[in-house]
Amino acid sequence: MAETPLGVSIAATIAAILLLLGVLELVRRRRLREKYALLWIVTALVVLVLSVWRGAVTAIAGYLGVSYGPAVIFAVGAVFVLVVLLHYSTVISALTDRSVLLAQRIAILEQRIDALEESRRDRSPDA
Amino acid sequence: MPRCLAIIPAYNEAASVGDVVRAITAAQPDVGIVVVDDGSSDATAAVAAEAGAAVLRLPFNLGIGGAVQTGYKYAWDNGYDVAIQIDADGQHPPVEMAKVLAPVLSGEADMVIGTRFRGVGDFKSSKARRVGIELFARLVSLIIRERVTDTTSGFRAVNRKGIALFESDYPQDYPEVETQALAHRHGLRLLEVPVEMEERQAGVSSIRAWGSVYYVVKVTLALLIGLFRAPRPLPEEGGH
Repeated sequence: MAETPLGVSIAATIAAILLLLGVLELVRRRRLREKYALLWIVTALVVLVLSVWRGAVTAIAGYLGVSYGPAVIFAVGAVFVLVVLLHYSTVISALTDRSVLLAQRIAILEQRIDALEESRRDRSPDA
Repeated sequence: MPRCLAIIPAYNEAASVGDVVRAITAAQPDVGIVVVDDGSSDATAAVAAEAGAAVLRLPFNLGIGGAVQTGYKYAWDNGYDVAIQIDADGQHPPVEMAKVLAPVLSGEADMVIGTRFRGVGDFKSSKARRVGIELFARLVSLIIRERVTDTTSGFRAVNRKGIALFESDYPQDYPEVETQALAHRHGLRLLEVPVEMEERQAGVSSIRAWGSVYYVVKVTLALLIGLFRAPRPLPEEGGH
């Protein structure tokens, strides 16, 4: 089983660190909520660990019968990205449900206000 | 005397919604009328209000499911005992309302669907559409273990139990097929009654040719998942 080439390890480490810093910066600027940053941070950390700890990648690749070690890093990263995407789909669904409910409530309240104002106008014609 | 509400979902139906509201008033003077304007860009809301209906204006287009559900929420909030759904395009003649309402008012059923396929009137439709309607009728019949002939009809009435269900849980995209399975799952007694329907006065079906594949796949998936879906809690009287 071939060792992961040093260049690949260095490149993957840099990418993971950039992702981690990018996510933390977005949280700091309040453009990303901690709740949604968590999965990204975990993803970056896992990729970082696999990039730095080269023996682990070699061991996992040997165990799975993967002939090209670095593919393990990308595969694990891809799985985490899929989890993040699925999580976002559930978040979007919840947001959609809420915006539908809000639109419905607004429509009902607006009608009720109109009806109340009309009945008030009828009662006091000079108002 | 139970209080009854006609729910009319309308999206850009200014050409026909006024006549529909006036025809309902003429046929059933005691029935309240609410038009749900689903983000129309034409004068639907003004025409409906002018004709004497209460109008709920959605701030943006929700699609037929979200619009109809707004009507059920209004019915629930305002204490209506019975709600009847009628299309704004004029294909459901208000003179036929009595037939759809009768079994709900008598307590014979919790939900009544006015259907085109039980011998009254002659309903013309494209071959592909008939095949699709038949397919879903069979699938729903299988699921609810009861023969249904028309799962796509939007001419339907429910009692307070049905209003409570639809207020809290209503399928959003193409709701007609799913609601029958949903109602059955919640123990509502369903009944089909034959009615005559008109050719639509204006507007086009919400089911367009290019979307029909998506429609079939989406509804089938929703029906099958619906068998296992966790139910939403229903509202209680006096609460929110």
